[in-house]
Amino acid sequence: MSGEVTKVFDQKTLWEGGRSPFSVSYGKMMMWFFLISDALTFGSLLGALGFMRHKYIDSWPISEAIFTHMPLLHGPDAHYPLLYVALMTFILIVSSVTMVLAVEAGHRMDRNGVTKWLFWTVIGGLIFVGSQAWEWSTFIAGPDGDISTWADNATLTQNFYGRGFGPDSPIAAPAQYSQFFFFVTGFHGTHVVSGVILNFIILLNVLKGKYEGVGHYEMVEKVGLYWHFIDLVWVFVFTFYYLV
Amino acid sequence: MAGHKETFITKYLFSYDHKMISRQFLLTGTTMAFIGMAMSLLFRLQLAFPGESFAVLNFFLGDKWAPGGVLDPNMYLALVTIHGTIMVFFLLTAGLSGTFANLLIPLQIGARDMASGMMNMLSYWFFFLSSVVMIASLYVESGPASAGWTIYPPLSALPQAMPGSGTGMTLWLVSMSFFIVSSLLGGINYIVTVINLRTKGMNMLRLPLSIWALFVTAILGVLSFPVLFAAVLLLIFDRTFGTSFYLSDIYIAGEALDHTGGSPLLFQHLFWFLGHPEVYIIILPALGISSEVISTNSRKPIFGYRAMVGSILAIGFLSFIVWGHHMFVTGMNPFVGAVFTFTTLLIAIPSAVKAFNYLSTLWKGSIRYTPAMMFSIGMVSTFITGGVTGIILADAALDINLHDTYFVVAHFHIVMGLSAVMAMFAGVYHWFPKMWGRMLNKKLGYVHFWLTFITAYGVFFPQHFQGLAGVPRRYYANTEFPLFDGLSDISYMVTMFAMVGGLAQFIFLFNLIYSMFNGPKAPQNPWGSNTLEWTTPVEHVHGNWPGELPVVHRWAYDYSKPSKDGTDYRIPGQDFVPQTVPLEEGEIDGEGH
Repeated sequence: MSGEVTKVFDQKTLWEGGRSPFSVSYGKMMMWFFLISDALTFGSLLGALGFMRHKYIDSWPISEAIFTHMPLLHGPDAHYPLLYVALMTFILIVSSVTMVLAVEAGHRMDRNGVTKWLFWTVIGGLIFVGSQAWEWSTFIAGPDGDISTWADNATLTQNFYGRGFGPDSPIAAPAQYSQFFFFVTGFHGTHVVSGVILNFIILLNVLKGKYEGVGHYEMVEKVGLYWHFIDLVWVFVFTFYYLV
Repeated sequence: MAGHKETFITKYLFSYDHKMISRQFLLTGTTMAFIGMAMSLLFRLQLAFPGESFAVLNFFLGDKWAPGGVLDPNMYLALVTIHGTIMVFFLLTAGLSGTFANLLIPLQIGARDMASGMMNMLSYWFFFLSSVVMIASLYVESGPASAGWTIYPPLSALPQAMPGSGTGMTLWLVSMSFFIVSSLLGGINYIVTVINLRTKGMNMLRLPLSIWALFVTAILGVLSFPVLFAAVLLLIFDRTFGTSFYLSDIYIAGEALDHTGGSPLLFQHLFWFLGHPEVYIIILPALGISSEVISTNSRKPIFGYRAMVGSILAIGFLSFIVWGHHMFVTGMNPFVGAVFTFTTLLIAIPSAVKAFNYLSTLWKGSIRYTPAMMFSIGMVSTFITGGVTGIILADAALDINLHDTYFVVAHFHIVMGLSAVMAMFAGVYHWFPKMWGRMLNKKLGYVHFWLTFITAYGVFFPQHFQGLAGVPRRYYANTEFPLFDGLSDISYMVTMFAMVGGLAQFIFLFNLIYSMFNGPKAPQNPWGSNTLEWTTPVEHVHGNWPGELPVVHRWAYDYSKPSKDGTDYRIPGQDFVPQTVPLEEGEIDGEGH
């Protein structure tokens, strides 16, 4: 059916019409379009969250009154509204800064610099995921803070947090509050975990000197785009789930 | 990829070559289409002869789903569901875009291949996997998904709701997850290829309209399928982990379930945010293909090229702000309904621009009635017929009467189903010489066209009247309602047309398979086209052009262009000017000469 020609095509010169109009490689552009599509996924989840909040406009719990815990600072007077999640957000944003520095070092072909900053980005990601685990367990423990008594723990199907005032609130809060908590932060957390794994793979490649051989550190830039996206999405999750 | 000896596996199965992937998409899509069509014929039998016994039903569905040859009501719903799913997603989304985006994008923009051959290959194989899972779901004991192709909860969210809500629904969701991955991999690839890999001189306003349409289609897919993905994820959580995103207080067989407080409307909003762009994902490639075929075979430049591009973009944009018109009867605020009515009616403007441009292109052309041209003209006809009923349904006040009747069935089958299928046939007849290097049989093509065209109208036109009389869609039988007794002859007639139309497709199937191996060898440029794909060798080569890539100097529609002094064509004795011919001094490129 089809004849064979043994001509070898050099991938680098596949574009034979001069410079690509957007002056970016196809891989980087694909990452951008993937991120747009992923943004729509998060957008629809946050849209669904908005839909549900609107439905329960009178009984949706106030996150500020629920997320008041800090590790090592338990006690009757311990009340740090949203401070812990703000700290998590700060760590994630700092990990974006280190990612920028890694990409910048890549532009200078500074292998040690890339290694250093990518390493700190991975660490930042791991701290964030770890923090999220702590926050999940605190949330699951429910208003009384006891994770072992399963009767009043917040789970995927039951929500023991009342409207802003804990379990004594006169208005019953919808179970959707905890469902969206687990789903949205879980979906984001999955992205963070995959981002950490990607960053780690790229870090190993950097250590092996793979990109010295290729001649550029564009892979670092591509995973960097993904990492910044995760960071940006978290800002929206933070805003729409915790703040407003 | 190139340069080493290819084995059967790398050449025919896991090929990176866009031309092979295009053929894989076409053949898989066609197979799925025949399965979907067979299902429609089975349930049409029940609709024409409610409760009667047919050996053929028993043969295909067995004693469980057609005891004594009488179709089981649950199986009826399952057939309707899977027919819709296969036709909408597997034939007209993946089959249509997958075939022609893969074939035409690199060839018409002058690229060696897609930006990423591997992602392209994965896109096909995820589609294949998704098809296999969907077909496998037909064989589970409790039957395939039966909640309609729109899988509204709670039918889709509660495994115990009906037989098809169990394993069948789970497999449907698994299949669609693979499908979304396939669509995403393909779509990103198409977009990036069009943006990044155009050959020298091929600026955006020299792109053939088929590429514009496929480009915007890919963008719609990348923007809308993730929303379905989110909707499906939430649905899976409701099904499996006991959440209540879509489920409110609900009783099954007198027993109260644990679910509380969710909203099935949330699913409808998410679903139709995908669902409406989805119908344009289906129709835009069809419009693009028709633009090419009609212009080529009228030997005239397409009328209003920039208006065509503008209307493709306008349709693409508007498709995202009209989803509410599927939900007029969900108790939405009448003001919101009015807004959605307005945005929906706006779509009529770019659609009418396209329809009139096709007619103006045909006007005074020297038309060559090739089978592809016949199907394209047929497509214009169905697009107008179905579009007109679209305006009726867009109106919230009228839609409340017509919602979920056969009027809706008639509308979307004509405007989206028939139009897209017609254009897909047109595309296959037109580009078969490029795909297989051989010609399809023309006579069989004409027979196929006339039988398809007449029976298609015969099937769907009468359904308007059923719908206006109030016959509800998706009902197993309407014999319980004496009101509809007078309309049973229409059902009978529709089924007869459907049978003939179904059989006619075997002419096409025969033509396709026979010509693949035995058709006459295709000439270099069988239709006298300007576009770049006809400058590649008839025998496929890796990288499409054996030597340098062609350089583009003009738009794609210089048909019957006169020479400067007006005594002959621009190229003496040839009524078309390929895109690779340089401009003369003082010659105007594009529209307006």
